Amino acid sequence: MGIVEDYVARTEGTCGKEKDVIVIFKYEKKDEAINRILKRAKVEKSLAGIVFELTFKNFSFRLYRSGKAIFRSLKNKDELNAVLSELLS
Amino acid sequence: MLDPYKIREDFPILERKVNNNPLIYFDNAATSQKPRQVIEAIKSFYENHNANVHRAVHTLSQEASELYENAHEEVARFINASGMEETIFVRGTTEAINLVAYSQGLHNLKENDEVIVTLMEHHSNIVPWEILSKIAGFNIKYVDVNNDGTINYESFEGAISKKTKIVCVSHVSNVTGVVNDVRRIAKTAHEYGSLVLVDGAQSVPHLPVNVKDLDADFLAFSGHKMLGPTGIGVLYGRREILEEMEPFQGGGEMIRAVEFSSKTRRCSITWNDLPWKFEAGTPNVCGGVGLTEAVKYLKKVGMENVKEHEEALTKYAMSKMRECCKKVKIYGPQTPTAKCGIVPFGVDGVSSHDIALFLDNYGIMVRSGFHCAQPLHEVFRLNSSARASFYIYNTCEEIDRFIEILKEIEQF
Repeated sequence: MGIVEDYVARTEGTCGKEKDVIVIFKYEKKDEAINRILKRAKVEKSLAGIVFELTFKNFSFRLYRSGKAIFRSLKNKDELNAVLSELLS
Repeated sequence: MLDPYKIREDFPILERKVNNNPLIYFDNAATSQKPRQVIEAIKSFYENHNANVHRAVHTLSQEASELYENAHEEVARFINASGMEETIFVRGTTEAINLVAYSQGLHNLKENDEVIVTLMEHHSNIVPWEILSKIAGFNIKYVDVNNDGTINYESFEGAISKKTKIVCVSHVSNVTGVVNDVRRIAKTAHEYGSLVLVDGAQSVPHLPVNVKDLDADFLAFSGHKMLGPTGIGVLYGRREILEEMEPFQGGGEMIRAVEFSSKTRRCSITWNDLPWKFEAGTPNVCGGVGLTEAVKYLKKVGMENVKEHEEALTKYAMSKMRECCKKVKIYGPQTPTAKCGIVPFGVDGVSSHDIALFLDNYGIMVRSGFHCAQPLHEVFRLNSSARASFYIYNTCEEIDRFIEILKEIEQF
């Protein structure tokens, strides 16, 4: 199993013009996933430790303590997988 | 007045926690939660009465048939239809609309005919007509929506003509909660000889709905939005129209006879009586049983009480959002009395999906996106919206908690 499959339960494209992608981490692994991501990405802003606005390379995304993240402006699923692989490794 | 605290005791799911917070369910326009009575009825059906309906002589089939037929009768009484012949069970509102679109579109609509659809419709009342117009060649005319989300009646009156065969309109918008004057639309449509199809997905669960008062020819609605199970919905149709209509799908249950002629080497088919003529194949018997209990539950609560409670919650939510939140914008009508219990909103600088994710973090469920109504969002020039929608088990305390979290979101 790849690292993305190891941590990610499912991804969901948002409904709306934005075409964002929601990543839902596996419940039992969400805290570990969040810690890994916070180590790799740059925290631009945080609100009460609940939500983090992050940047990683040219990507910006928000990570929620509930174990969900919202990625913007991704070209496709391959790009999402590549970013997640790096963030979670 | 209904007592939401008493009602909450009937809904086991409301006891659960999400992210260590009590569940606050404000996504009722998408689907409602189910009371214990509905859950028990479904369980009891499978434990005691499960069988295929009709054309069997054994006890279980007769019991199942009786329960399924009673479900039609119960629903017919709930919307004041003339009888169960006028209530066809389908999978949901979408299938109900498709039934009318395919049956009318393939057999009764032709080139130069027109179908009128409003721009506030759910995709389920747009897409079937677009598909069928390509097959049958009829034209679709869209009715404008005003900036406040109300229907533009002048646009409707300008669009209708002798060419109009069907007018398709939501009773209540699933985005804004706007209640349309269906009676006014039906009166005009009938003067031009047009049929009227009403999407009642957001009205039947929340308002007293009487098909005779509405003067609708068709009314489509879903069981799962009115405390019932998923996979069961209703198409009400005026008896004389349904009798003339061709079936939507073919198979068992919807025929009286299929006779093979050795002379022509073809089968000649006689349709079954209403409503079975439109219910091909083994129906969702258990769904019907669950829907019966849901209808009984709503009748016991009283639909006037449901309406009043949701109006009070909507009024409370809108006034609190205005009073306590500086960056929150409410879309659609600004007067709670013009609408049902739906509040679409946004927060300046925050996407609707971030709003929904943030609220979810605190166990509050709202929907974000287009809500299957992209054309209406284009009218509003919105990329998407967040939507809080209420039902009989929601309380002002839940709204207070929602407002608290909205204030946090504003800080982002």
